[in-house]
Amino acid sequence: MEFELNETQRLFQRSARELFAQECPPTLVREMIEKNQPYSDAVWTKLVEQGWTGLIFGEEDGGLGLGMVEMAVAFEEMGRALVPGAFLSTVALAGPVIEKACSPEYRSARTQAICEGRSKATVALLEESASWKPDDVKLAANTSEGGVRLNGKKYFVNDASVSDLIITVARAGSNLVLAFVDPRSPGISIKAMPGMDATRSLSAVEFNDVIVKEDDVVSDGAKARDALDHALNVATLALSAEMVGGMEWLMEASVEYAKTRKQFGKPIGQFQAVQHHCANMLLMTESARSAVYYAAWMMGNNPEEAPLAVSMAKAYASDGYREVGNLAVQVHGGIGFTWDESVHFYYKRAKASELMFGDATYHRERIASLVIDRAGEPAKAVSEAAD
Amino acid sequence: MDLNPTPEEQRFRDEFRGWLQANIPEGWDPSGFHDEDSRQRFEFLRAWQKKMYEAGWVGIHWPKEYGGRGASLIEQTIFIEEMARAAAPPIINVLGVSLLGPTLIAYGTEAQKKRFLAKIISADEIWCQGYSEPNAGSDLAALRSEAVLDGDNFIVNGQKTWTSYGHFADWCFAVVRTDPDVPKHKGLTYLLIDMHSPGVTIRPLKQMTGDSEFNEVSFQNVKVPVENVVGKVNGGWEIAIATLMFERGTLGASLQITFKRQIERLIELSRKIVRNGRPASEDPIIRQRLAQICTEIEIFRLNQLRTTTRMAKSGVPGPEGSIQKIFWSEMNQRMQQVAMEMLGPWGQLTKESDYAIDHGQWAHAYLRSRGNTIEAGTSEIQRNIIGHFVLGLPKSY
Repeated sequence: MEFELNETQRLFQRSARELFAQECPPTLVREMIEKNQPYSDAVWTKLVEQGWTGLIFGEEDGGLGLGMVEMAVAFEEMGRALVPGAFLSTVALAGPVIEKACSPEYRSARTQAICEGRSKATVALLEESASWKPDDVKLAANTSEGGVRLNGKKYFVNDASVSDLIITVARAGSNLVLAFVDPRSPGISIKAMPGMDATRSLSAVEFNDVIVKEDDVVSDGAKARDALDHALNVATLALSAEMVGGMEWLMEASVEYAKTRKQFGKPIGQFQAVQHHCANMLLMTESARSAVYYAAWMMGNNPEEAPLAVSMAKAYASDGYREVGNLAVQVHGGIGFTWDESVHFYYKRAKASELMFGDATYHRERIASLVIDRAGEPAKAVSEAAD
Repeated sequence: MDLNPTPEEQRFRDEFRGWLQANIPEGWDPSGFHDEDSRQRFEFLRAWQKKMYEAGWVGIHWPKEYGGRGASLIEQTIFIEEMARAAAPPIINVLGVSLLGPTLIAYGTEAQKKRFLAKIISADEIWCQGYSEPNAGSDLAALRSEAVLDGDNFIVNGQKTWTSYGHFADWCFAVVRTDPDVPKHKGLTYLLIDMHSPGVTIRPLKQMTGDSEFNEVSFQNVKVPVENVVGKVNGGWEIAIATLMFERGTLGASLQITFKRQIERLIELSRKIVRNGRPASEDPIIRQRLAQICTEIEIFRLNQLRTTTRMAKSGVPGPEGSIQKIFWSEMNQRMQQVAMEMLGPWGQLTKESDYAIDHGQWAHAYLRSRGNTIEAGTSEIQRNIIGHFVLGLPKSY
């Protein structure tokens, strides 16, 4: 038993950190935010060149075939560098849907396009109810000649404006279906939903009699549901890892600032009130990291039991990133409230990430349903290494 | 990263699990609630430790030559998990096994190891810790109990407080001042004091729970032979700190036992207790609270696994133990508040009440948890340690 990154994983982490320091430095992130451009072709091209878009896809489709722990490490580094763009939605959300829901040929074609950098994809799930529960999906998929006809509206779709594939979760009677939609199809209109986190793009997508042909629809309800559940777990894990990276950046920046900023003739980091804020940031960051690494391990090794670990990671990281953000601004004082200091970029990312794929309350309810509602079984609140 | 056990680790787990199944005494109440201070409980636990010792299950992390199994830190973790799973009674001589034993193995003389170690794991000699004093709590190095050399003996005078197990203890590992004329950290010596010596007086300290887990111990002209010095005279601070690191490193791990049992019991209770006309387990607010505690207990376990992995490589417990100390103590206070909230007016009832749920354990645990952020280094001191030694912030004192 060994609960830490192994040598290969640490090397991967180092090279990722170097890659982003080089290709997505803070100056570029700031420029993108200030120009309101949450996507950069240059950064995407670099990621493709490094094979990153194939991170978790099979080698037979041109991917790197890495595991969930490596994926978590990758996202942690991206969160630390605040990398903007369509990576999360393409690789960790749409990718796993494609892998689980599609026939081998279809999957191969789609994932190869992603690996080679020809395609960016996303999933459209949320509607006006803003519910992350697939059961609440209402967007209608009516049978039409040779396929389905979509009518309705999706909100908070990540990166829809730069994607060439929008996997749309829709309802055909009691069945969930997944429609693989080309956003250039007639009847689709996409409208930006600018939020406080300018490193991510959110869109409202309206479907007016959009025809999707049969080959592009996963109409087996159970299969669609399984694929979506799986993808949401992978994406939630990836996002939680990203959040840990952001927490770590905020903590390090605050500690550094506390060592250099002087008041009353000494570094503010010499005052216990400030030290204790920093200690709390470390505690939350490391605890979130433990939860994320464990969830990643479980996703790769015990997927049946992994949803509990994933929800624990996201619930903790959601509260933790926000709170670390609060403390970071506080430690930075007035400087932390200015536009010119980068703390607020992370502070905003923390809020946006908290709300994505279910906030802490949503995930705690999922935890409750997993640990409290096992009717007739003795309570089993905490998993154990060897059951 | 590999959370799967190696075949050896699995064998170790199976062996210990099998032994526990066959040996946990009849009548042991897995809800774990007993009078903390009762003599009867003490004798029961001493007998239990003896039984474990005879089968080789005490001090497993000690080297084989001293009666241990040379168990790795991972095996220690497995040991703790299995104790938890079986809801086994705890080890009574925990201060000896977890703190003094490793300290003596690292710093003691051969004669000291020979004299003391075996009786620690066999529970023949129970140990207490003589650190805190009425005027030296967080600022431990300010302690004033003094030891003056007189021929082959030190003569010890002074007072210790917050001494757990003091009323059952045969021996005390204590830090005393041997040179008042040098800076405070430099004049301290680590002494092993026979609690049955003339001049030792023990007075139970009654705490807010009504129990007396702790004691005040006073030393009046107590003779301690010089061979009972651990390390060097005036070199006690380093050893005292090493012992504290063992405290923060390994005592924390065994707490999972209590927390896991308690949250599982709370979940069971939530199905029975009616709140707003339905089982508490269906109340959205209670569900949120229980889920949060489950999450924190799980993260506590995972942090511990990470710390263990790191310690297994570096060989020494580090200041990261402070994170765990803060984590569990504050988490336990939140858990006990959740229990109170869920149980409503019933939660306040003590064991004296015929109507108390679980014999009043929740009222007791609620009060007891208040001490958690103070004992074994206050949360403030732990945060200072993190600030100074982990984050490298300038020292504030």
